[in-house]
Amino acid sequence: MTDILLSLHELTKAYPDVVANDSVSLEIKQGEIHALLGENGAGKSTLVKMIYGLVKPDLGEMHLNSETFAPADPRTARASGIGMVFQHFSLFDALTVAENIALGMETAPKMRQLSDQITQVSQAYGLPLSPDRIVGDLSAGEQQRVEIIRCLLQDPKLLIMDEPTSVLTPQEVSILFDTLNKLRSEGTSILYISHKLEEIRTLCDTATILRLGQVVGACIPAETSARDMAEMMVGAKLKTPQRTPSLQGEEVLKLTSLSLPPAAAFGMPLREISLTLHTGEVLGIGGVAGNGQDELLGALSGETCAQAGMITYKGRDIGHLGPNPRREIGLLTAPEERLGHAAAPDMSLIENAMLTGAQREKLERHGVLDWAAAQRFAERIIGAFDVRTPSAANAARSLSGGNLQKFVIGREVLQRPDVLVVNQPTWGVDAAAAAAIRQALLDLAANGAAVIVISQDLDELMEISDRFAALNEGRLSPLRPAAGLTVDEIGLMMGGAHGMEVAHV
Amino acid sequence: MDLSAINPVILIAALISAATPILLAATGELVAERAGVLNLGVEGMMITGAICGFIIAVNTGSPALGFVMAAVGGAALSLLFAFLTQVALANQVASGLALTLFGLGLSALMGQSYVGIKPPRMEDVAFGPLGDIPVLGPILFSHDPIVYLGIIIVASVWAVLTFTRAGLVLRAVGENHDAAHALGYKVKRIRTMAIMFGGACAGMGGAYISLIRVPQWTEGMTAGVGWIALALVVFASWKPWRVLLGAYLFGGITQLQLNLQGAGVAIPVEYLAMSPYIVTIIVLVILSADKSRAPGSLGRIFHASQ
Repeated sequence: MTDILLSLHELTKAYPDVVANDSVSLEIKQGEIHALLGENGAGKSTLVKMIYGLVKPDLGEMHLNSETFAPADPRTARASGIGMVFQHFSLFDALTVAENIALGMETAPKMRQLSDQITQVSQAYGLPLSPDRIVGDLSAGEQQRVEIIRCLLQDPKLLIMDEPTSVLTPQEVSILFDTLNKLRSEGTSILYISHKLEEIRTLCDTATILRLGQVVGACIPAETSARDMAEMMVGAKLKTPQRTPSLQGEEVLKLTSLSLPPAAAFGMPLREISLTLHTGEVLGIGGVAGNGQDELLGALSGETCAQAGMITYKGRDIGHLGPNPRREIGLLTAPEERLGHAAAPDMSLIENAMLTGAQREKLERHGVLDWAAAQRFAERIIGAFDVRTPSAANAARSLSGGNLQKFVIGREVLQRPDVLVVNQPTWGVDAAAAAAIRQALLDLAANGAAVIVISQDLDELMEISDRFAALNEGRLSPLRPAAGLTVDEIGLMMGGAHGMEVAHV
Repeated sequence: MDLSAINPVILIAALISAATPILLAATGELVAERAGVLNLGVEGMMITGAICGFIIAVNTGSPALGFVMAAVGGAALSLLFAFLTQVALANQVASGLALTLFGLGLSALMGQSYVGIKPPRMEDVAFGPLGDIPVLGPILFSHDPIVYLGIIIVASVWAVLTFTRAGLVLRAVGENHDAAHALGYKVKRIRTMAIMFGGACAGMGGAYISLIRVPQWTEGMTAGVGWIALALVVFASWKPWRVLLGAYLFGGITQLQLNLQGAGVAIPVEYLAMSPYIVTIIVLVILSADKSRAPGSLGRIFHASQ
């Protein structure tokens, strides 16, 4: 098939401080899976938002089936056969599956009819889903199915998928790929955004690479190495993190049957988590989001207190201590969600440096804050971790995600922790910055600290951890040496496919 | 003490009427909150509706027209809130408080020459022989049209929210405005309409006090009913029928304690006077112990950043 379904011609979109897309041209053929590759801020999201009618281009035009295509809003785009599965799910937690799907349709049929249709389509594509369940109770993989089915019910000609696999287990990914292959064989085109290069190599027919808003290249993924694609994305040679084999040191942190009730309505309880952590090691904890990662980090940081005897640090029971006493004795944490949890968005970097560094960096004396010292500390982080910001006085919110993440991790690393716990250290961070953060964590371990890395990026965990375990439904799998683990074994540790069926292709 | 003076039939008939202002205001606020807007200006919109309705009713001699204009007045005042929070993106709590203070002042100004006037009386709905049925007749069929309108509004709000696409979209906007925007729904327009509905209901609730319950005009005559309505919405877990239940409970105990006071019960008046608040809150707190929770985007400013 060589028919062009959608062609973009010199699309340009500028925002006050940045040109998000600079005359981007692109052609998507009928029945192909087309990958869109690029770093954060390369303009992928803006580009697909223009196709989906959420953003209007300043210049340039689009053609759908050789006709001019200029959607004024998502409804028009959907009516023309464009469907989109969002990166951050655009779902309503308190509504049912059927209600969520009805909201995404132009003329929704009666609820009962719709429920039948949902069951039918979900069976046909191997994505079983019960229409009456409340979306907030579903797993991330199931929530994604709601989004996909919402699109499929409208018979899309082009399906846009924005980072669809970031929340899935390897088994769920393979089910998704089966579904996408089935769609391709039926003639649907798919625009697939990801920065997981191996996935793109197995799934996609062609790839377009964006950098800083411009198209910098195109390739056939199956014939290009992941490293070459990554270097096209970054525009520079990539450094692979170097690890020095570390000696298993003495035990510093021990969890004994750590159990906690869920903190929030849609939260996950922690169930009987036991582990020991030694100096000089990196312990990787994988698992699909929402299986207790945030709760585990909260229990380790001291945001939630545990019962006596559950958390032992250097032989001392610290379950009842809050975050500050724990920082004092060398147990530091960097939570996920940089805007809100790890950093206060509207405060400057200096103030944010003060917030966690006050004690260990002696930025405070008798309750009086030493702002000059805080500024020096913030500037030290900015220098050491190559945080790109005009000055330390800029608000945390004004930094790009990757830069703020470097700041948040650097702030803890520079406080010389004995144990550092990080959650999603490179989430939404571009390849170069991610490599720098991983290197910093490895260096920390090489210097005798113990590091726990909670992450959903399995490649990352395999790259840096000495031992690996997975969280599933609030339980921690047994710890295994990371070297030599296969993807299948990891998938099973993560709880398999959560009862998902394979597509009946 | 003479408890036999308290007639349960009259008591129930009276509580239905006493509950109507709260019921109307709370139902309107419920719709606004389900759309994700926390409007603390209910009291201000009520008192504005009270004076608008009063002025029109006195000048035209038609209480029905008075209620219509009370709704228009409440909705007009709520447009100010909509402008502040949806266009100027001001904080909803501060804007709501300002709206209440503004409404109290504005109504006092408008009502200066209306103190001491008696408004025209609104006739009860004529149900004919139905009104003569013992017990049921006085309870169900002896009220003015606004009482029935209030119940109809509760029922329709429930039906619209539960069964129609418009209701689903409204709930979706209140639940997650970013997702609703991504699907192409006009968040600001839907919210503005919900705010205006809330204003219209609050205005009618206010006019019910000045035209039927009291009936005359005094400054600040809503006396905190708007705040009760706000609390009622929360304790009713944003469910219309529970708002009805809460309003009747509150109205009922208010009537009962007045009767008890009249009967000379040996309980200090202060305790009797506070009893409606306490009982209503306790009952609704117990009811709201289930899984229901506030709309996800309640009180959050929506800005369609790209």
